[in-house]
Amino acid sequence: MRDQVRVVVAEDLFLIRDGLVRMLTEHGFTVVAAVDNGPALRRALAEDRPDVAVVDVRLPPTFTDEGLQAAIHARRQRPGFPVLVLSQYVEQLYARELLADGAGAVGYLLKDRVSNTGQFIDAVESVAGGGIAMDPQVVAKLLTRGDARGRTAELSPREREVLSLIAAGRSNAAIAHQLTISASAVTKHIAGIFGKLHLPESEDDNRRVLAVLAYLHR
Amino acid sequence: MRTRFAAPVRALAMLCLSVVGIGVAVLVVASAALMLVGVGRYVFPSAVSLLRRVTDAARWLAGRVGVEIERPYGPETGAVALLKARTTWRDVLWAVLEPIIGTWAAALALGMPLYGVYGVAVQPFVWQANARAGGANAYGVIHVTSTATALAAIPVGLALIALGLYIGPKLLRLRARWTGALLGPSRTTALEHRVETLVETRSDSVDAQAAELRRIERDLHDGAQARLVAVGMGLGNAERLFDEDPAAARELLAVAREASAKALDELRDLVRGVHPPVLADRGLADAIRALALDSLLDVDVSAELPGRPTPPVESAVYFAVNELLANTSKHAGAVAVRVALDYRNGVLTCDVVDDGGGGADPARGTGLRGIHSRLAVFDGTIAIHSPLGGPTRIRLEVPCAIRSA
Repeated sequence: MRDQVRVVVAEDLFLIRDGLVRMLTEHGFTVVAAVDNGPALRRALAEDRPDVAVVDVRLPPTFTDEGLQAAIHARRQRPGFPVLVLSQYVEQLYARELLADGAGAVGYLLKDRVSNTGQFIDAVESVAGGGIAMDPQVVAKLLTRGDARGRTAELSPREREVLSLIAAGRSNAAIAHQLTISASAVTKHIAGIFGKLHLPESEDDNRRVLAVLAYLHR
Repeated sequence: MRTRFAAPVRALAMLCLSVVGIGVAVLVVASAALMLVGVGRYVFPSAVSLLRRVTDAARWLAGRVGVEIERPYGPETGAVALLKARTTWRDVLWAVLEPIIGTWAAALALGMPLYGVYGVAVQPFVWQANARAGGANAYGVIHVTSTATALAAIPVGLALIALGLYIGPKLLRLRARWTGALLGPSRTTALEHRVETLVETRSDSVDAQAAELRRIERDLHDGAQARLVAVGMGLGNAERLFDEDPAAARELLAVAREASAKALDELRDLVRGVHPPVLADRGLADAIRALALDSLLDVDVSAELPGRPTPPVESAVYFAVNELLANTSKHAGAVAVRVALDYRNGVLTCDVVDDGGGGADPARGTGLRGIHSRLAVFDGTIAIHSPLGGPTRIRLEVPCAIRSA
């Protein structure tokens, strides 16, 4: 099934680009283009029409946030186009910009996370499927911020864990497995989170995460 | 309006001051002459400091009419040093020339309204008495010999008051400007001061950079470098154990991966302290917005910049704001902070205003001093207004060029 998922990879360091392509191909994705600079990325996104893009924030020729800009531009052209952004740093500002359109299908991870192959592939899959994969650092900072404003103080430690894992792109089943609790317990915790943050209920998992992230970002 | 009515009063003050000035100048010159016989050594410094008090008052008066004059004096206090100081003799020169050149402006600013008041309010009542006493009764060109001519003098008097009040402030400013030419720093003193500042800020900045490099070296040596050595060793051991004890090898690999992640974390923190990624990517405004998002305070950022300042200026202002926000969250007991960036007339300003308890003391803590020396390299300044009970307002100003975006 994954071989029908067409991926564009943009990363300027050969070693990492090569590693990413290998990893994705090994796990059954089809890499349609692997580019090393901003203009080539924009071309690939427009011409190859991939299903998901894995993009490094900093790319030549400017070595600034060329990759991020290209990703945001592509999402403006194709709302909800799945993008997984990788970077040596995670910035709350960039996370907020990626989430701003509320369309989901966004991932933002530290490059180090690539070393955990299983989780990285899960993240690509989740994003390609319209989900969210936020780096634990982004979520941790959002929660501290929420605490400082007295918004998340009421969440129990378990609910915090669940929230972080959802934001990181894990499915309910994966969360249940990781925390060794039942799937229905996960659902209950999620309902609890929404109740305590006074957010409207929604059936769509993805919407729910976006609502929480938007709330914490405010 | 207030300046207009204050002008005659100020003019009077200036006139009195120039009378005092000439007296003190004579004293200075006399005590300088006494230096030859030795007694002057003890009298001269007091005479000079007295003269400086007079000139300080003149500077203050000039400031009141809108001409700021900087004090040009150096650190010298000894009799001989004061005798040699150019500023001493410029002060004397001012005191001597002031009554000659400056007086007319003050006299007009004071005299015209006064004479006008005389014509309007006094003359009509006294001209008859004057005439009886045989005095000449004239008001300007009008020869007052009857009630009619006395009344005719009233509009002339009113016009004189109006004219005097109208040109008064201008005259005083003109006068203050010439005062500034002698009492302000001369080109040489100004340049001397400039050189002093440059030497000071240069050595500060070199020291700060050297300290920064030492810190980076230490962090790399004790942090990432050490961890990479550990990673290498772990990988080597894992390679050796690969065949005979795969389980142990796997454990070593996991440890190595963890160490590499830690090394990356440390490198990230290090780079963030040297040059934050958002600052490099987007410039000052977005970098400060990123700071705001990382802060636990409610930080509202507004920025109106036509482009980007040079990277060193951006970096200095960024780290200054970083420090200020950290201070605020640590000490001020504030909840909300406003940061406003603006660029006008070649000066980048950054206001940081919190709603905390105030009482920030620049003398305490190295943070504010650090900001001061960081900005001083660019002739930038930090002004702190933090009364007890708050709020604290801090303004950073850095003169700089901006490349338009």
